[in-house]
Amino acid sequence: MNCFTKLLTSTATLAALSAPAFAECADPVKVGVLHSLSGTMAISETTLKDTMLLLIEEQNKKGGVLGCEIEAVVVDPASDWPLFAEKARELLTNHEVDVIFGNWTSVSRKSVLPVIEELNGLLFYPVQYEGEESSKNVFYTGAAPNQQAIPATDYFLDELGVEKFALLGTDYVYPRTTNNILESYLKSKGIAEEDIFVNYTPFGHSDWATIVADVVKLGEDGKQVGVISTINGDANIGFYKELAAAGISADDIPVVAFSVGEEELSGLDTANLTGHLAAWNYFQSAEGEANAAWVDAWKAKMGEERVTNDPMEAHYIGFNMWVNAATAAGTTDVDAVRSAMYGQEFPNLTGGTAVMLPNHHLAKPVLIGEIKADGQFDIISQTAEVPGDAWTDFLPESAVLKSDWKDLECGMYNTETSSCVQIKSNY
Amino acid sequence: MLRALLTVLTLLCLPAAVLAQDLQPLLQENQAQIAKPSRKKVGPVLDALVGSGLPQAQEFLEKWQGKEVYQRQEDGLFFYAVKGDGGLVLTDIDSGETATIDAKAMKQIKPNGGVRKAIGEALVQFQLSSPDLTRRQEAVTALARNLDPAQLGALEASISGETDAALKARKEQLVTYLTARFGDTPETRIAAINTLSGDIRVETRAVLSQILTTKTLSTQSQPDANVAGTLSLPREEAYALLVETQDLPAPLTNDVIRKALEANIEGGKVAGVSAASLNTIAARNTAYDALAASGKAPARVSESDITQALATWTIYEVYEDPDPAVTAAAKAAQDAVNTKVAVSQTADLALDALSLTSIYFLAAIGLAITFGVMGVINMAHGEFIMMGAYTGYVVQLFIPNYTVSLIVALPLAFAVTFAAGVAMERLVIRWLYNRPLETLLATFGVSIALQQLAKNIFGTQARPLTSPGWLDGALVFNDVIQISYIRIAIFVLALLFLALLLFILKRTRLGLETRAVTQNPRMAASMGINPDRIKMLTFGLGSGIAGIAGVAIGLYAKVTSEMGSDYIVQSFMTVVVGGVGNIWGTLAGASMIGTLQKGIEWLNPSNTLAAQTYMILFIILFIQFRPKGIVALKGRAAGD
Amino acid sequence: MTKALSKTFLIRHPSTLWVLASLGLFTLIVSVLSEAAGTGLISTSFVKTLGKTLCLCLIAIAMDVVWGYCGILSLGHFAFFGIGGYAIGMWLMYARTEAIVAQNLSANLIPPTDSEISDAIATQIFGVVGASEFPAIWAFSHSLTLQLLMVLLVPGLLALVFGWLAFRSRVTGVYLSILTQAMTLALALYLFQNDSGLRGNNGLSGLQNIPGFEATSQAVISLAFFWASALALALGYLLFAWVTAGKMGSVIRAIRDDEARVRFLGYQVESYKLFVFTLTAVVSGIAGALYYPQAGIINPAEIAPIASIYLAVWVAIGGRGKLYGAIIGAVFVSLLSSYFTGGSAPDINLGFYVIKWTDWWLVLLGLSFVAVTLLFPGGIASLFDKLARKQ
Repeated sequence: MNCFTKLLTSTATLAALSAPAFAECADPVKVGVLHSLSGTMAISETTLKDTMLLLIEEQNKKGGVLGCEIEAVVVDPASDWPLFAEKARELLTNHEVDVIFGNWTSVSRKSVLPVIEELNGLLFYPVQYEGEESSKNVFYTGAAPNQQAIPATDYFLDELGVEKFALLGTDYVYPRTTNNILESYLKSKGIAEEDIFVNYTPFGHSDWATIVADVVKLGEDGKQVGVISTINGDANIGFYKELAAAGISADDIPVVAFSVGEEELSGLDTANLTGHLAAWNYFQSAEGEANAAWVDAWKAKMGEERVTNDPMEAHYIGFNMWVNAATAAGTTDVDAVRSAMYGQEFPNLTGGTAVMLPNHHLAKPVLIGEIKADGQFDIISQTAEVPGDAWTDFLPESAVLKSDWKDLECGMYNTETSSCVQIKSNY
Repeated sequence: MLRALLTVLTLLCLPAAVLAQDLQPLLQENQAQIAKPSRKKVGPVLDALVGSGLPQAQEFLEKWQGKEVYQRQEDGLFFYAVKGDGGLVLTDIDSGETATIDAKAMKQIKPNGGVRKAIGEALVQFQLSSPDLTRRQEAVTALARNLDPAQLGALEASISGETDAALKARKEQLVTYLTARFGDTPETRIAAINTLSGDIRVETRAVLSQILTTKTLSTQSQPDANVAGTLSLPREEAYALLVETQDLPAPLTNDVIRKALEANIEGGKVAGVSAASLNTIAARNTAYDALAASGKAPARVSESDITQALATWTIYEVYEDPDPAVTAAAKAAQDAVNTKVAVSQTADLALDALSLTSIYFLAAIGLAITFGVMGVINMAHGEFIMMGAYTGYVVQLFIPNYTVSLIVALPLAFAVTFAAGVAMERLVIRWLYNRPLETLLATFGVSIALQQLAKNIFGTQARPLTSPGWLDGALVFNDVIQISYIRIAIFVLALLFLALLLFILKRTRLGLETRAVTQNPRMAASMGINPDRIKMLTFGLGSGIAGIAGVAIGLYAKVTSEMGSDYIVQSFMTVVVGGVGNIWGTLAGASMIGTLQKGIEWLNPSNTLAAQTYMILFIILFIQFRPKGIVALKGRAAGD
Repeated sequence: MTKALSKTFLIRHPSTLWVLASLGLFTLIVSVLSEAAGTGLISTSFVKTLGKTLCLCLIAIAMDVVWGYCGILSLGHFAFFGIGGYAIGMWLMYARTEAIVAQNLSANLIPPTDSEISDAIATQIFGVVGASEFPAIWAFSHSLTLQLLMVLLVPGLLALVFGWLAFRSRVTGVYLSILTQAMTLALALYLFQNDSGLRGNNGLSGLQNIPGFEATSQAVISLAFFWASALALALGYLLFAWVTAGKMGSVIRAIRDDEARVRFLGYQVESYKLFVFTLTAVVSGIAGALYYPQAGIINPAEIAPIASIYLAVWVAIGGRGKLYGAIIGAVFVSLLSSYFTGGSAPDINLGFYVIKWTDWWLVLLGLSFVAVTLLFPGGIASLFDKLARKQ
C-alpha cells in the first residue's frame, strides 16, 4: 500500500541543470509549484510554472538559498478546484515543501486556503484579484482592486472625461466584486446609478453583437461612454473582434481591460484595437535594465515569440522576496519567514521598489497602457507605488475592516469595534 | 561622422539660435505639462501655444498628438524624432535641422487619449480650412466629439469653401447640432431642432438629450423655472432627497440607534432598561425614545414626520434650459426619434437573432445529417468544427494573403474533416450501428482524444484566424441597425449550404439513396443500394460541413482546442428541437433557439448566462410536448 | 430487510458477499495504515482520495443500475450528486460562519438582534460575491436535520418531476440522453450565475472544516468520512443488489432489452423507470453529500455535462449490468487518471519526441473508450466472468 501511495503521489522533481557546488545541506529547500498544467486554466498557468522554473534555475546558479539547492516540486491540479486542495495537502504533507507558489483563479485560492491555514503553509498568489480576503498564510503579490481597478477608473474619469460607464465582465467572483467596488466608487464620484451599465457573460462567450450594440446605445444622451472590462480569457477575442467590426475606436468609446495582457493579445490581430487600454502593474514594454534582462532570459528559455506579463512579474518579485526573507531569517520555517517578509523590498521590473506590507500585499506602481499594433502596450501613465489594500474602502462592510498581520496579528480587524472578526480567512 | 554629429548637436543647443519667433522657449516654459500632460491641466498650455500665433504651433501640436515629440534627457529640450538607423533622427522644432542620436538619450512624450483629444480640439481652428482633406476630416471629427460653440463661426465660414461633398454635408450637420444647442435666438434653435426630428443617429439623440437635461428641485411653491414635471419617488427615496436638499433630519438607522444606546450604557442599563434585554429592534427603539426624551440623543424621525414633509414639499424635474419653447420642440423631436429607435432596435435584434440562427444552423447541420441518416450521435462533431478552424489557422500560416487563404481554407477544411469523418465511420461507428448509445461513448472518446491532440499540437492558447480586410467592419443601416460583414458572410454561407444540401438530397442520385437508407435501410439494400457506402459518404459530408462551419466560427470568434465543446450541446439541441433527419427541421430548430436566446437576452440584458439557462429549460419543456421535434418524420420512417 | 432475509439473499448472490467482504477488508487495511488510527503509512490526503473514490463508486453503481440494468443512459446523474453536495455544504458553511459571528458579536455591549446575527452571517458568506442577504433557498441552512433531508428530497424531487415529464412523453434513447445532459447543463449554468444564491462560480468552500469539530485533526475527520463513505457504499450496494435481484430486477432488465414488449405484457413501464431513476438520483445525492466535505469545495464546474459523461465511461469500462463492474470502473479510471495527471508517471523518451503523460493521458483515455466499446463491450468485469467460467 505504501509503495502504491508513493507511486501515486510522488511527483516529478526538477533539478537545475547547472548547479554550483552547494554547501552541506541537511534539509533540502523545496518550492512547490501549484499551477494547472492541463484543463481550461493551463493556457495562463503553464506560463507561470515555467516562470517559477526559470526563477529557481537562476537562483540556483547564484548559489540557491541558505546554502541549499532549491528543488522545484511541480504538481498539476488540472484546473479542477477541489484538486487544488488535494494537491496543496500533498505538497505540504508528502513533499514537505517550504513554500508554495501557485493558483490563478480566485476559486482555486479559496479551495486551497483551508488546507494552507490548517497545515500552516505559505502561499504566494501572483494574480490580480478582487480583495476582500486576508490570510495569514498567503502573500498576495498581484494587484488588489485599489492597485488596478480604482486607478484605471480614475484615469477614465480624469484623463478621458468618461461620464457613463459600461462594466462588462465574465460572470464570476473577480468581475462581480470588482464591479461592486467600482459601482460604489463611481457613485461616490458623483456618477448616477443610471449611468452605470453592468453586464455579465459566461466564460468563453462568443456572441457579442447585442452587447456591443447596447454599449453604443449608451452614448445617446451625449455623455462620454467608457467600458471597463473584466472579461476573462478567450471571450475577449470575440469581444474585441466585434468591437473592431462595429468600428468603435478608442477615441469614441475607450475600453480598459483588467484581464487582457500581452499573453491574451497574442491570439488577436491588434491592428483594429490600437488605443484601447489595459491597467496592470507591469507591461513587457516597460523600460529599464532589469526588465530587459528578464525579458531576454525568458525569451532565451522559452522562445523568441513568447511574451512576459504581469503575473510573471508578481512571481518574480514574490520569489526574490521570499529568498531574501529566508536568508534574513536564516531558516525556511514558515513563521520566521513570514515575520521577515514584512518590509522586504525588491526592485520592480518597471522601476521603483516593491515593498511587502503587513497586510500581505505589495506596494506597486499602477501602469496604464494603450494597445499597439504589434500586440504590445504603450505605457501612457505610471503612478507612484500604491499600497495594496485587502479590504476595499468603497464598500460599507469592508471599509471598517483592516488587515495587519505584523502588529495586530489579525487579517480581518474591525476598526470600529476594535476587535478581530476572525483569525482564519473567510473562504 | 561623429564630429559632424557633434557639431549639429551643439548647433541645436546653441542659445543663440533661440530667436523671437521660436517655439522652444514657450515649450520650455510649460515643460512639465508638455512632457507629462494631463487632460485637466493641459488647457492653458494649449491656449498659450495657439495664442502665440507662431506658425510652428500647428505642426508641433500635430506631432505631439502623434507621439512624435521627444524630450532630451540632459537639458529637457523638445524635438521631433523618428526611429532611424542607429538611433533616433531628431528634427529641431524651429530650425528644422536634423541629427541622429542614441535613443537612450531621449524620452518619448506620450500624451494619453484624453490629452490627444484636447490637442485635436485645439487644432480644429487650424485644420478646418486646411488644404489637406485628412486634416479637415480630423478637425471635423474632433469637433463632433466636443461640440464647442466657439467654433460655430469658423465652421460656418469653412462650409462654402469645402470641396469634399461628404465632408461638406458633415460640416452642415455639425452646424445644425451647434445651432440647436447654442443658437443665438430661440427661433433659430427651434428651426434646427425641428430638422433633427426623426434622425436616429446617436449624435442627434445626444444633442437632443443634452438640450433636455434636467435637474431635480424641491420647493413648497410652484418653482420659477422651466418645469418638465413632478417626480414621484418611493417614500424613502423621496424623503432621502429632501434630507439631502432641504436640511431635514435624517431617519435614524438601526446602527445609529445601537451606537447611541451603547454610548449611554451606565452600569449595564440604558435609560433604565437592562442592556442585555435589548436584543430586538422594538426594545431598542423604546429605550432610544426614552433616551431622546431625557435629551441625551436626538429624537427619532417618526413616520408622521416623513408624511408631513412629503406633503409640504413637492419634487420637480426642471430643464436646465430656461426656454420652454425650445425644450418643447426638443421633446417633440426626441419622441419622434424614440419611436424610430424602438423600431430599429427590434429590427437590429431580429438581425442578431438571424445571425445567431445561421451560426447554430451551420454548426448543427452536419450533425443533423449524420444523426438523421444513421441515428448516430456524433459527440466528436464539435471537434470536427475545431479541426476545420485549425485548418484555417494553418493555411494562414502558409498563405499570408487573407483572401486567398480563406479561399484555400474552406475547401481544405472540408477535405480534412471529410477524411476524418470517413475514417471515424470506417474505424469506429460502423461496428456500432445497432448500439446507438455506445456510439455516443465511443465518439465521446474520440472527442476528448482529438481535443487533447489539438492542445498538444497547437498549444492551449487561442490562435488567430484573421478575416480578410473586405470582411472587416459592419454593414450600417443606421446607428442602431448594423451587422458585421463577417456575420453576413456566415449567413450567406449558411444559406448556400441549405441550398446545396437540399439540392444534394432532393436532386441527386446520392440524395435519393441517402433518403432511401434513412427511411428504410433494409429495403434500400434490397433495391441495390449499398447502405455501407451511403452511410460512409453521408458521415463524411456531415463532418465536412462541420469543418467549414469551423472556419466560419473561427473567423468571428476564436480558435481554441475547446471551441468545439462550446457548440456541441447547442447543436444537439438544435437537432433535437428541430426534429431528426430533416434539413428544414434543423433550420426551424436553429431559428427557434437563436430567436429565443436573443429574445431572453433582450428581456434580461444584464445577464447572458441566465438567458442560456432559461433557454435550456424551455427546450427541456418543449421536448416534453413535442418529443420528436418541430418537424417530425411521420409513419414508418419515424423508426420505432 | 430482516437479518435472515439478507443472509439468504447474500448466499444466493455470492458476488455481493465478495464485494462487501473486500470492502470491509479494504476499510480495515486503510484504517490500520492511516495517520489517525495507525501507522501513518497512508497519508491523510490519500485517505481523502480513497474516501472520495468510494463515493464515486457509489454513484457509479447508481449509474449502472439506471443504465446497465434499466437502459436509460442518463448523462445528468452528476447533477444529483452536486445537489447533494450543495445541500450539505450549505449547512457546513452556515454553521461554521455562525460560530465565528456569534463569537465576534458577543463582544458587543448590547446583545445582537436576530436580524443582526443573520446579516452578519450573510455578509461573511456572501461578501465574496458582493451580496449580504440570505437568498430564500438558505431558509433551512441553520438546521443539520433539515439540510440532510434536503440531500434526499431535492435530488429525489427533481428526478421525479424530470423523469415523470420525460417518461410520460415516451422520450427514449439518445433523446433522453441529450435531455438529461441539457438538464445538468441548465443547472450548472444556473449555478454559475452569481445571483443563484449559492456563490456562483466560487461555490461553497472550506467544507472540510466540520462545525463542532474544529479541534479535531483532519486525519481523524478524513478517516471518519472514509468510514462513512465505505458504509454508504456497502448499504447502497446491498440496496441495489436487492433491487436488481428480485422480480423487479427482471422487469427492469426486460425494459432495457425491449421496452415495448414489456409494456404489452401489461407492466407499467413508466413507473418502473421512474422508480429506478428517482432511487438512483437519491443515492447519487447521498454520495455527493459524503464526497464534498472530503473534497473541501463544491462549485458549478463539478456538475458540468462532462462529469456525467465520465461517469458513463467508468461504468462502460468497468462493465455494465454488473454492480461490481461499476465499482471496478470507477476505481480504475479515477485512480489511473490521478496517477497520470499527477505528473508522477515517467516520461517516455522516443528520441525524437518526449511523451509527457500529462499531455497524452487524455488521448490515451479517449482512445481506450473507443477500444472498450468496440472490443470489450462487457468491460473489465467480463474478464472476471471469463476467469470464473474457466474455473
